Amino acid sequence: MNRSLVTIADHSREKIEYLIRMAQEFERHPNRLLLQGRIVATLFFEPSTRTRLSFETAANRLGARVIGFADPKVTSGTKGETLKDTIMMVSNYADVIVMRHYLEGAARYASEIAPVPIINAGDGANQHPSQTMLDLYTINQTQGTLDNLNIYLVGDLKYGRTVHSLLMAMRHFNPTFHFIAPDELAMPEEYKQYCRQHDIRYVEHKDFDEDVISQADILYMTRVQRERFTDLMEYERVKDRYLLKLDMLSKAKPNMRILHPLPRVNEIEYSIDDDPHAYYFQQARNGLYARQAIICDTLGITLEQVQNDNTIIL
Amino acid sequence: MKRQELIVSALDHGTVIDHIPCDRLFEVINLLHLEQMTNKVTIGYNLKSNKMGTKSIIKIADKFFTNEELNQLSVVAPNVTLAIIRDYEVVEKRPVALPDELKSIVHCNNPKCITNNEPMPTLFHVVDKEKGKIRCHYCNHEQDIKQVKLV
Repeated sequence: MNRSLVTIADHSREKIEYLIRMAQEFERHPNRLLLQGRIVATLFFEPSTRTRLSFETAANRLGARVIGFADPKVTSGTKGETLKDTIMMVSNYADVIVMRHYLEGAARYASEIAPVPIINAGDGANQHPSQTMLDLYTINQTQGTLDNLNIYLVGDLKYGRTVHSLLMAMRHFNPTFHFIAPDELAMPEEYKQYCRQHDIRYVEHKDFDEDVISQADILYMTRVQRERFTDLMEYERVKDRYLLKLDMLSKAKPNMRILHPLPRVNEIEYSIDDDPHAYYFQQARNGLYARQAIICDTLGITLEQVQNDNTIIL
Repeated sequence: MKRQELIVSALDHGTVIDHIPCDRLFEVINLLHLEQMTNKVTIGYNLKSNKMGTKSIIKIADKFFTNEELNQLSVVAPNVTLAIIRDYEVVEKRPVALPDELKSIVHCNNPKCITNNEPMPTLFHVVDKEKGKIRCHYCNHEQDIKQVKLV
């Protein structure tokens, strides 16, 4: 059985809840020797320091050893080696391969040819399931549930793969989505269609102010990138309209939490960092627990084994 | 008026591909590699059709297609009809339909898809047979079957 994690869209509600429970165990006790003797490879065909450090920390804190590369310039890919050859070679050495690739579908292909499980750490604009898993973990952690929430997605909803993956993963939990984006970066039609097919309610807003977000449980911010615009005049016109300012939180619900996949540039005012609604740094820390759970699950380690683990380092 | 079929000569054994849109005829010819064939081939072009206005028709003697070849045909001309002829009799008549999957038949339109950058077969899932919507198994991009290039 192929235990690879290519996309979160494949996961059932039960599987998502199972992985959250496993991540909760790791939040309680992140340091263990559960993966002692195992080797995790991290192959980053595209640099992503944040994601790589998170995966490598997850592996290291569980006692695994890590091999791999952070910079594709040092690999044979630059000599013309195919992805298949690289994956087959590394499969001889490692028990699981975490890979980041600039091409879409690279992780799916790798999972079909590799004899060891593949964890997709991002494949172009396509999927980034470990980010989605940590988002789901954080939403559950802050709201006590994943069910029946009002989730506001703000900023780049066209190219932002994290918002697309989150939208698909939430289909099991009866959410109401609110899309707030400039026209050029609006939620693509195919995802709105996905919502309709799966009975996910959604509302589109043009304005971004304290009244619009007053009913939010989760305010998921993303960055509006200049390079995404074909019309730079349009960028100049809208760039400040999707910034979150402290005074916009005046009517927010007490349970509302602000999430952001990071890196942030200026879309969340820095003074918000100390506000109790801010949660993006804790969200990033959850990435560690979510990735510990993902690595263990792909290696065939069960929740029960994690719960009865006697290798915990206190 | 005389029946259309009588304009081109009858076939004793073989396959008749009927209702080919005229603007797709030459693609169908290329796709089936008719130019390399030694079989007797009759091609009718710009014939009158009650259903379509004009149509094209191809008759190939002693040729019976495999499913894979038929799949390819459905990509170029999804509404053709196929008649299998034995001893001057139509023994089987069937429309060509898009299959559920297209393996190694078309290229993905997404230049950043792994299939366009790695020596590997392509695979598409047919999402909507009527509208001709297909989705790349690898990069997940949905595309219109009229806009993809054949392998």
